[in-house]
Amino acid sequence: MGSINQNANASALPNFRNLGILLRILVIVDGACLAAALFKAGAPLALMEELIDLSATVQPTLLASLLVLAAANNWLRRLAYWPAIAAVIAIELAVATMVYFLGRSVFDNPGEIERYWIFTLLITGVLIGYFDLRGRALSPALTEARLQALQARIRPHFLFNSINAVLSLIRKNPAQAEHALEDMADLFRVLMADNRELSPLVREVELCRQYMALEQLRLGERLQVEWDLAEMPADALIPPLVLQPLLENAVYHGIEPSSAPGTIMIRISHHRDQLHIMLRNPYRPDGEHHAGNRMALANIRERLALHFDAEAGITTTATADSYEVRITIPYMKGGGR
Amino acid sequence: MTGGSPLRVLIVDDEAPARSRIRDLLSDCALKLPLEIAGEAATGREALDLLPATEPDVVLLDIRMPEMDGLEFAQHLLKLDEPPAVIFTTAYDAYALKAFEVHAVDYLLKPIRLGRLFEALSRAREITPLRLDVLRALKPEPRSHLSVNERGRIHLIPLAEILYLKAELKYVTARTAQHEFLLEESLTGLEQEFLGGFMRVHRNCLVAKSAIRGFERTTGADGESQWVVLLNGVPEKLPVSRRQQQIVREFGRHLK
Repeated sequence: MGSINQNANASALPNFRNLGILLRILVIVDGACLAAALFKAGAPLALMEELIDLSATVQPTLLASLLVLAAANNWLRRLAYWPAIAAVIAIELAVATMVYFLGRSVFDNPGEIERYWIFTLLITGVLIGYFDLRGRALSPALTEARLQALQARIRPHFLFNSINAVLSLIRKNPAQAEHALEDMADLFRVLMADNRELSPLVREVELCRQYMALEQLRLGERLQVEWDLAEMPADALIPPLVLQPLLENAVYHGIEPSSAPGTIMIRISHHRDQLHIMLRNPYRPDGEHHAGNRMALANIRERLALHFDAEAGITTTATADSYEVRITIPYMKGGGR
Repeated sequence: MTGGSPLRVLIVDDEAPARSRIRDLLSDCALKLPLEIAGEAATGREALDLLPATEPDVVLLDIRMPEMDGLEFAQHLLKLDEPPAVIFTTAYDAYALKAFEVHAVDYLLKPIRLGRLFEALSRAREITPLRLDVLRALKPEPRSHLSVNERGRIHLIPLAEILYLKAELKYVTARTAQHEFLLEESLTGLEQEFLGGFMRVHRNCLVAKSAIRGFERTTGADGESQWVVLLNGVPEKLPVSRRQQQIVREFGRHLK
């Protein structure tokens, strides 16, 4: 905690390997190009020409810059902020100069090189300023605060019903009651913990199993669970409490509204550097409790965005009799903790 | 219901552990208060089937249950000539509880405390019976079933099976593919409750939209031609009143 607060207001370079950051750079630079072309073009017809003209020099510079920055990312991030900024500016000027001399053999009239330098410096400055502002807006302290506010909350309904179920066991089956209370203790320890850092996926799965054991206690054979973890990477990290609230939703909306048994299916797998989580439950369109479901989903979506920006995704599909949630997040290794 | 006879309690809860806990508590209460467990049920339908045989004085009724919740079950219960007292049980539902307080409806919070249960059961014989309008206010959503009292037995009619509702003198007839039931409810009330699924074809008749097979032009007894509704599953043809004729066109557009 202390270390987080110390650099709460420090500036930092963006991660040039993050898809969201790269997209933002592309959009801003191309937006600037479009603005410049609009300004220079007298007539609407001339706009395309100006744009093509500009793009011919800007796009190669832009793409080459992104490649070099992505390659140098780890080295840049080890530097302090100002040396890193100096390095980025140096890289940009070098790239611009390189593109200029390579382009001179292709284009008839490339103009003065100083123009390229000034343009490059301007755009680089704007982008650095933008990422600094954005970084402050999403500064660790603020992000931490938002993550904390977004921490998953368990339904009171579940808490009281579970206590009730455990109470019913104490007289007849004290050993089972003990076991259930241990599960509850584990579950609430995690729920009340500081859940802002990634944690091992296997721990989340274990937690979900404990949660399901408690629900099974109440619901008996109405609740059937199928785990498909054959392709789950053992060392993956995920934001804590992403899966458990989804299971809670599945029980609340898919199992409890019916007295017939229903199955919740969970599949976790990975494909190259992506981790996939799929959860499916029976769906009874009762039209009553959907607000709660949307809130839980919005909460998870925002937490995923704070952790992974545009690299994580969550989609839901509802059919006549089933409801499915799919989550894709970058496969982060380090589960050996 | 004489004062000396033991209080007969029916337990209705979809969760087995919750029923078992109430059983334990009731046996504790039985030490000080003459009572017996009349029966237990996991769904509202099961409980209604148990009523004639068990004749409970009190029903301990869970609110959140699958298929038919406690608030709807309590409405059907009122069809009995002498409905048992109802004490709701619930784990957590901030909004509902506020409303319960407002209407002085009895409830116990789960996990139930022995002392509270004892207190509630001791007063059970004096509990003012629930009122239908209060229950409707607590649960404004349409019921999943209609019900009729047939010689002391409450019969449930799933809403999905009803083809049409027709007002006749004092009663409303509910027609299913197999039977006709007489409901002591008003057609206007039913129309307001089930607005989405039914369509008024005549001043005295609501037809389930899903039951309509089509429309036909016939000549009525007075020699004038009129539209009638054709239904799935039954031969009856129901007249469409002049005022409701636009529904024939609307229905046709629907099919396209």
